[in-house]
Amino acid sequence: MNAPVRRLSLLVGFLFAALLVSTTLIQYVFAADLNARPDNRRTLLATYARERGDILVGQTPVATSVPTQDEFKFLRTYEKGPLYSHVTGFYSFYGAVGGLEQAEDALLSGASDKLFYRRVSDLFTGRRAQGATIETTLDAAVQKAASDGLGDRRGAAVAIDPRTGAILAMVSHPDFDPNRLAGHDLATVDKNYQALTKDPSRPLVNRAIGGDLYPPGSVFKVVTAAAALSDGSYTPDSELPGGAQLDLPLTDTPLPNHDNQPCSPSGTVTLKQALVVSCNPAFGELGMKLGADALREQAAKFGFGDSPSIPMRVTPSSVPAELNAPQLAQSAIGQYDVRVTPIQMAMVAAGIANQGVVMSPYLVQSVIGSDLSVIEATQPAQLSEAVTPEVAAQLTDMMVAVVENGTGRQARIDGVQVAGKTGTAEHGSGTKAHAWFISFAPAKDPKIAVAVIVEDAAAAGSETGGGAVAAPIARSMMQARLTR
Amino acid sequence: MSIVSSVAPRSGRTTELILLLGAVGIVGLAYVNLGLATTGTLPPGLAAVGVGYLAVSLAFHVVLRWKAKYADPLILPIVTLLNGLGLVMIHRVDIARGREIADGVALRQLMWSALAVAIATAVLFALRDHRLLRRYTWIAGVAGFALLLLPLMPIIGNSEYGSRIWIRVGPLSFQPGEVAKLLLAVFFAGYLVQTRDALSVAGRKILGLTLPRARDLGPILIAWLASLSVLVFERDLGSSLLFFGLFVAMLYIATERVSWIAIGLALFVAGAYLAYLTFGHVQTRVLLWLDTFSPEALHTSDQLAKGLMGMAAGGMIGTGIGRGRPDLTYLAESDFIVPSFGEELGMIGLFAILALYALLVERGLRTSLGTRDGFGKLLAAGLSFSLALQCFVVVGGVTRVIPLTGLTMPFLSAGGSSLLANWTLVALLLRISDHARRPVPDAQQASAVGEAHTQVVRLS
Repeated sequence: MNAPVRRLSLLVGFLFAALLVSTTLIQYVFAADLNARPDNRRTLLATYARERGDILVGQTPVATSVPTQDEFKFLRTYEKGPLYSHVTGFYSFYGAVGGLEQAEDALLSGASDKLFYRRVSDLFTGRRAQGATIETTLDAAVQKAASDGLGDRRGAAVAIDPRTGAILAMVSHPDFDPNRLAGHDLATVDKNYQALTKDPSRPLVNRAIGGDLYPPGSVFKVVTAAAALSDGSYTPDSELPGGAQLDLPLTDTPLPNHDNQPCSPSGTVTLKQALVVSCNPAFGELGMKLGADALREQAAKFGFGDSPSIPMRVTPSSVPAELNAPQLAQSAIGQYDVRVTPIQMAMVAAGIANQGVVMSPYLVQSVIGSDLSVIEATQPAQLSEAVTPEVAAQLTDMMVAVVENGTGRQARIDGVQVAGKTGTAEHGSGTKAHAWFISFAPAKDPKIAVAVIVEDAAAAGSETGGGAVAAPIARSMMQARLTR
Repeated sequence: MSIVSSVAPRSGRTTELILLLGAVGIVGLAYVNLGLATTGTLPPGLAAVGVGYLAVSLAFHVVLRWKAKYADPLILPIVTLLNGLGLVMIHRVDIARGREIADGVALRQLMWSALAVAIATAVLFALRDHRLLRRYTWIAGVAGFALLLLPLMPIIGNSEYGSRIWIRVGPLSFQPGEVAKLLLAVFFAGYLVQTRDALSVAGRKILGLTLPRARDLGPILIAWLASLSVLVFERDLGSSLLFFGLFVAMLYIATERVSWIAIGLALFVAGAYLAYLTFGHVQTRVLLWLDTFSPEALHTSDQLAKGLMGMAAGGMIGTGIGRGRPDLTYLAESDFIVPSFGEELGMIGLFAILALYALLVERGLRTSLGTRDGFGKLLAAGLSFSLALQCFVVVGGVTRVIPLTGLTMPFLSAGGSSLLANWTLVALLLRISDHARRPVPDAQQASAVGEAHTQVVRLS
């Protein structure tokens, strides 16, 4: 009977060999795939267990990981959560969502290749892996001024340092509390998340850089003016039609002034005066004279059509591709299908403030490793030369007049020369118009450029909306920066 | 012709002692490691547990020295190591689930281990020669089949996790299939030794296979029906495969006829396919096996998927004892204890454990080869093969070689009935191996006598 026992031993050998193969397949060959499965709780727990880096505003963390006793090891906590909600985004069961949490996830979580050598040394020193800290460019005072200014109203406010492109404030209202999404109780988090996604005011959308774009209304006249001055055939003193309305070719509908009154008693205005009183007929005429290409090219020089990453992706602003004469006149005053993000309009203001040079906007000042060494530091970079310094000076001069004598008086700051432009953007009949304001200060040595939009804040057909509602918010943001 | 040696054969007891100390040492290290990894301190009662474990192993060793001097020296250390590692891992899962020592599974397992060792040593005392068991062939057969089908009884039969393989009397629950395995091995060995000549007589030859006579097919058909009923009524694919596989293997050893294996396999495949067509729970198991990560499979049960993810998390070198999350897997201390080891000890650790089992089975089969009586040969081979088959069914189930079943991993998994049965199995193997390795008394005497009178006879 020994021969069959020997053969049976062979069979046993095969059985165990099969087990070795199956074990190898699971633990070596397919291990990475299994670990990468989205429903793999171990992987989730492992990412939570790693200490995620902080997000700093100044020296203050606005997102930090706090050790907990539960199985997740660390709880992501947002000090002043709502104030910075659209900057930080949130980190939850859904992963890193929105804001810097998502855009800089690799660095914050420590998985980035930039941290490779650090990870290797961690492996040998037995140190627990730690994510990098992100230092933002935000100015807490400006951020707070923007948020307080917007209050319960829907809208967005962005402030940029025109000399560098550093984003000083980025607020979108309504905001949300990221802490309510970062908890460790899945059911609660899910309930809160569902409530936010179903909210018709869409608090999760960062209106400052994306979502549905806004019509810019009269703040776009700055771009039209820049195109005219750059063209060479116009000066601030060029005479333009300034009646109560402008007859448009191809249509029986004229382009009216915002208050249906003539821009001046004489029926003509200078370019400068047209900007000061936000004269629609003058800019409509200007748009048709300059042509769609000139308008679009000027807009592109300010960054329209670009999708910069700050590091979050900014939705590109746009001037329509095909424009007939009346559409062109409408577009020149920021109506028809011109669509912008608030940050784009802040870049327009910043470009004029910075002698025509638009700097690339950025939100991350530096990335700091867990050993406090600087891994990355953002160097200011030039995006484009939107206008010549001469034209920038002329535009600044005109925008200063807007604040001192025109529709932007609400933005005046004692002892500081402020340049600005109001806007009231209609969006569909029967709704109230959006109130816009873009500005920078001090006019001669700009330290901050601002764009503010408040949704549905102005009576349609009135240019007072931008000045009355948005300009005070911009003023308090500029003050917060200048009085520090 | 026999080679006669004047040197007394080595009993191997010293080797066993050294290996045993090594095994207890490894278990102790694992326990210390667990304490340091989970709480940062040495585990509570380290000295008491360590000394206790050492004492129990040494007691067994002494019993062997006394009652089975020539028993295989590798078997006890391997089993001691496996049982100890199982205890550490069960304790580890206790910790992960937040169970205190007093109400943990590990303490119960420790008590069961002690009881199992006591019973195993008692078997060595009571059973001086394994051939005595042959007297109880038919009693073992009846008792074995009865135990196998006991969970089907009303009231005491108990369904857990979809399989009806438990009986419950008051607070005590028991998995009779584990003991049935032993009894049936005894029965098969006794029965086959008796009837092997009848079964192996030439039948008709068809396609190169010598088929048995129709009337000799009876036993295999009975075994087949019994295992099918286990599969169908107890929903226990593992036990069904185990019993039928055991029977066919022993039948093959007894008769040396490949045709029995062919018939057995054909019957098994036919039966399994029939069961697949007829029964929903078998279809579910097959779905979970073939398409573990499909939505409908995960909707039914994600226990296999979770086990696989645990093993993947361990990877090649494992997370280290106490550093993984075996508690995320269902039944991490019993049916899924192998993935728990896979997670914390990694592929390498699992390989080592599988090697221990392979070595244990190999020692058993070696015992079978060395045993001089047919009954002992069959019994040793059957017991060893049942161990191998059970490992294959369990590990193959959690690693998707075959559909998942509800069997326990011998010595590792939490479970009293399993421990008792497998330690008893080990006692039987030790008893047979003692017999196999013992120098033949007649030959010894003959050689002693022969030596005295040896004369060199020169043939010229």
